[in-house]
Amino acid sequence: MTQQATDFTLDTAAELAELETGAAIQGRSPWYLAWRRLRRNFVALAALVLFVLIVFACAMAPWYADHVAGTGPNETHLTDRIKSGGKTVDVISPGGTEADPDHPGQLRIKPVEVLGPQLWHAGGKYVLGADPTGRDIAVRVLYGGRNSLKIGLGSALICTFLATVLALLAGYYGGWSDWLITRIFDLIAALPVILLGIALGAALSINGFHHFGINLESGSLWIPTLVISVILVAYIGRPLRGQILSLREKEFIEASVSQGAGPFRVMFSELLPNIASSILVFFTLIIANNILVEAALSFLGAGVQPPNPSWGTLISEGQERIRTAPWLTIVPGTAIVLTVVALNIFGDGLRDALDPRAKVKIG
Amino acid sequence: MAAFIVRRAIGAVIVLFFVSVITFLIFIVVPGGDPAERMAGKNATDENIANIRKTWGFDQPVYMQYAKMMQKVFTGDLISYSTQQNVTQEIKRGLPATFSLAIGAAIIWLSFGVLVGVISAVTAGRWSDRTITILALVGISMPVFWLGILARYYLGPEKLGLFPDGQYVPLTQNPIEWFYHLILPWFVLAVLFIGFYGRVLRSNILDSINEDYVRTARAKGLSPRAVLRRHVLRNSLIPIVTLFALDFAGVLGGGAILTETVFDLNGVGQFAARSVRNLDLPPIMAVTLLGAFFIVTFNALVDFFYAYLDPRIRPS
Repeated sequence: MTQQATDFTLDTAAELAELETGAAIQGRSPWYLAWRRLRRNFVALAALVLFVLIVFACAMAPWYADHVAGTGPNETHLTDRIKSGGKTVDVISPGGTEADPDHPGQLRIKPVEVLGPQLWHAGGKYVLGADPTGRDIAVRVLYGGRNSLKIGLGSALICTFLATVLALLAGYYGGWSDWLITRIFDLIAALPVILLGIALGAALSINGFHHFGINLESGSLWIPTLVISVILVAYIGRPLRGQILSLREKEFIEASVSQGAGPFRVMFSELLPNIASSILVFFTLIIANNILVEAALSFLGAGVQPPNPSWGTLISEGQERIRTAPWLTIVPGTAIVLTVVALNIFGDGLRDALDPRAKVKIG
Repeated sequence: MAAFIVRRAIGAVIVLFFVSVITFLIFIVVPGGDPAERMAGKNATDENIANIRKTWGFDQPVYMQYAKMMQKVFTGDLISYSTQQNVTQEIKRGLPATFSLAIGAAIIWLSFGVLVGVISAVTAGRWSDRTITILALVGISMPVFWLGILARYYLGPEKLGLFPDGQYVPLTQNPIEWFYHLILPWFVLAVLFIGFYGRVLRSNILDSINEDYVRTARAKGLSPRAVLRRHVLRNSLIPIVTLFALDFAGVLGGGAILTETVFDLNGVGQFAARSVRNLDLPPIMAVTLLGAFFIVTFNALVDFFYAYLDPRIRPS
């Protein structure tokens, strides 16, 4: 090891924070300072742009289906022929038999061939290929992305909200409410995540949920959304509770209480702003995590129910066809990886910018 | 210390009790409708349904059904609703595959994770660190089942032919084939953890580099390598040990469900996945309890480990 290797350099955001002294930070809000650090982190900004583009593309799925591909996500085209690069080709080649060149006079089975990715050659049709019933994969991936993103964002919102409220109640009141909420977190964390997810998802997919005045039909997207929110609530709730417990002992809380602030005021206008940056970082990173969990649940048949597409169900459909049509598996998986990488990079950048010395981790 | 261990153990048992109640309620209360009707199928007569209800005890109150089921869990007489097989036997059959997968993958992810973290930290800011950071990021962002499907097909017999096509070969039957068949599943399962551990260790090392005791060690003339190994790494590895214990328990307790399914290893996780599809309560109950048992036990072990290392957190 050389001498140089012992002079460890820290991350860029932390270095920037070191340089921020005196006049540079005087009178600036922490959010402004964070934005200034984030602005210089081009990798994180590029990741944010990529994520926004993916969301935009999925939001535009109906437009793409109507004006570019000319087919809906569930329309089959078993007998269609399209023009691609000047040639006319079958979307699904008719199978049947053909003369066997190795054994003259005999017939052999001609395998059914599915149209592969055409990119720009077919004028926007089958850009990413077809599936065995002639559905356009590009259209299906965009529509599937709508469901995956809805579930990822929705469950991240609900999960973060639940965790914040529970952590505030536990951390502020302490005593038996802290004891109860901590035990609930322990209990949820003791259940194997994927196992609990598929158990709940499968149980709810039979008749939906009809208790406590809540009515959800069995195919509803709310089911995977709520399942994921509940099974991951402890992962955010526990660290937030820890932060609130230590903030609770600080002087500014005592000052606020001595001025006559009630519990509600202390929780929401004193404690909440102090954990807001952690919440924001958790929220960003948990979207990425939830998209992966949704894909896993849907892959195992306990998430989004067919014929509704999602990135997970698309991979599960593609798995059986990987020999003849590998793009069915590769395309939706790539969509997941791009989205999750973008969110992870942006989440890391956000954490560095908001608090260069903080250690907020999701595991 | 003894009182601490006893209290922690009682807590673990209570958690396991609630886990079993929750699992039971998920399957009995949440779906609604009559489980006997579902089991009897579409063309069942009323008599059929009544018979099933009686044999399986669905006509009894919920708490009695729960007590009966838990009794069977402990005596090993649990019978599957859909296949009529003994659940304990099925789980025993799946355990060697699940353990082989989890232990092998754990060895790989721990050693590679530490290696990646150390390389990344000592070269922080340089190209090797940047490359590792990007690879680690992609690793933790990939759905494990997707990676598994692609690896099984493209590295398997049909394309490159480097590895066999999934399946589990018992260790006692043929150790070489056992190893050969498991290499791909091990690495596929380990990728996520390697990326994650590498990142955690990197930031831990970079944090402790600035501690006073590191400066002291360097000031007294220790070589950088010795400082890293004896002072920095020793402290930075403690959180990794915690993570490792919990992740290993998670993988044993159902976390390998996706890898097992993709590679057809016929382990406990795949058994659970199959049972969930048939809404077969008894196997799910048993597997969830087993998984929770691993998680709760390893959690307690981590607490003991900490209490052993750090006298301050030992309750008086």
